[in-house]
Amino acid sequence: MSAPSDVGQVARLHARWHWSEIAFWILTIACAFLFPSRFLIMTDIVRLALFALSLDLILGYAGIVSLGHAAFFGVGAYCAGLLSLHGIINEPVIALIVAGLAATLIGFLTSFLVIRGVDLTRLMVTLGIALLLEALAERFSNITGGTDGLQGIEMQPILGVFAFDMFGKVGFFYSLAVLFALFLLARRIVHSPFGLSLRAIKNNPLRAAAIGVPVNRRLIAVYTLAAFYAGIAGALFTQTTALASLDVFSFERSADLMLVLVIGGTGYLYGGLIGAVVFKMLQEFFSSLTPQYWQFWIGLVLVVIVLLGRDRLHRWALWLPNLIVKQFGGAKSVVAVSESDAP
Amino acid sequence: MTTLLTILFDGVAYGMLLFVLASGLAVTLGLMNFVNLAHGAFAMTGGYVCAVLVNQAGWPFFAALPLAFVVSAIIGVVLERALYQHLYTRSHLDQVLFSIGLVFMSVAAVDYIMGSSRIFIKLPAALEGQIDFFGIGIGRYRLMIIVICGLLTAALQLILARTRFGSRLRAAVDDPRAASGLGINVPQVFAFTFAFGCGLAGLGGALSAEILGLDPYFPLKFMIYFLIVVTVGGSSSITGPFLASLLLGIGDVAGKYYVPKMGPFVIYTIMIVILIWRPNGLFGRSATR
Repeated sequence: MSAPSDVGQVARLHARWHWSEIAFWILTIACAFLFPSRFLIMTDIVRLALFALSLDLILGYAGIVSLGHAAFFGVGAYCAGLLSLHGIINEPVIALIVAGLAATLIGFLTSFLVIRGVDLTRLMVTLGIALLLEALAERFSNITGGTDGLQGIEMQPILGVFAFDMFGKVGFFYSLAVLFALFLLARRIVHSPFGLSLRAIKNNPLRAAAIGVPVNRRLIAVYTLAAFYAGIAGALFTQTTALASLDVFSFERSADLMLVLVIGGTGYLYGGLIGAVVFKMLQEFFSSLTPQYWQFWIGLVLVVIVLLGRDRLHRWALWLPNLIVKQFGGAKSVVAVSESDAP
Repeated sequence: MTTLLTILFDGVAYGMLLFVLASGLAVTLGLMNFVNLAHGAFAMTGGYVCAVLVNQAGWPFFAALPLAFVVSAIIGVVLERALYQHLYTRSHLDQVLFSIGLVFMSVAAVDYIMGSSRIFIKLPAALEGQIDFFGIGIGRYRLMIIVICGLLTAALQLILARTRFGSRLRAAVDDPRAASGLGINVPQVFAFTFAFGCGLAGLGGALSAEILGLDPYFPLKFMIYFLIVVTVGGSSSITGPFLASLLLGIGDVAGKYYVPKMGPFVIYTIMIVILIWRPNGLFGRSATR
């Protein structure tokens, strides 16, 4: 409790791979072979999961509420689209990284605006930046294609070997590989001392500053990192759909993303991944119910989640899995419940 | 010169309208510190109530306006008692999620009931056309908006500053615990204020159908404008948001006239710059709670 080595030990214990995590990834791979006809929607889920992972880094770990995370998604999407359309970088993987870096740059520049001010100002500034970029993309329609979007994007084979096919099989495995690689990176980061300091900042910025955590610099770093992730997600979107239009910046995209993360739970990495699966399935279900008005049901889900309380809902959802886990692995190996964020 | 004055006039009318639309939010967000992104939904309700009454039931425009206020206020108070009041003490994230959910529901519901196309309200003949005032063309409708909104603003200021209810509200906002200790029924004050703000938004929605356009996406389209009014205006008084909405109105009209290609770019840039420069708003005095 008192010695610093104990803290390190606890942190290392949490960082260890849990068998349920390995099961999760095996299940994900298994899905690819179980549903060979549903590659397009599964790619959609993987992209959304990566995007949600990005928001989780700043919302769940650093406590920055962003209403305009689509800004970086959009930058990545347009960047990847333009690179391939004009034949600047033909190799998708390099283009992906370049697009991610472009979003990182925007993220770094805007992070100075975001860390200033209180919660409400942050909301407004993030929202404003996304709207600003949308207005810019509309203004320079000679570059972005305006409301029609970028058209005629043709993707070259990945690493010169794997060509994108009609059924989205290659696109799916490509996206999944990117998600897994970035997930490993995120996992390493949040369990590092850097990640722990972010949690400290989220819980109480003033105390974190008092024990010597450079609050602003850490927030800038994580915001920039999240922008990179979102940029990669956007670039994946363009590369797998061969499409980039103005709605990549839209407010609905940022708002849906919040819902994804809230369904899955904030503050642990699998939240975004699980949320993306549940969200897409809900969306499919509601679209089949009332094709034009599925937004109503999504809104209802949001309201109900908030009114019931996010923590309580996650406890209910984890009740059955935990019961099973307890039977086999003893009381200690309970599936992690997401951290509640203090009001 | 005359175009400049016309722009100024249109800008003032637009700004006044924005103020009436957003004044309810100035109280909930600015004073009560509740992030209510669904404020535009109440404005839309008022607009559609007015449209249905005038276009389908054949009511005169001026009789439909008070009803737009009343219906929005009733919906407001019902929602406040049923849902909003549980969320006053929650985190901003919860409030944002909840109100976004409400916005999505309202957009889809109105789309379902009224259709997705833009709705026009039939205006009485007396409000159409322009008056020529020393060579400056003044739209009659906009003149009426300035008169109505000006009166409302004055009334609001008087209510907040001079009446017993105003002082109760200010006490309840400053320190709910102490206020309830003094015998003020804080939930009731909040509910009444919320309803009044929603009513004003409804009235603003009915008035704005002619100028801003009314379709199911109204709450999403103008959400940022309402938020700008409140955050840029600051939360110390009602004058801050009022001046901010005038600035926003004039800036938006002038921007659309002089640099039409830049679209809303100008407004967003100004907003971000102001918020970076003064995070608590232009007219906010001290840090918000």
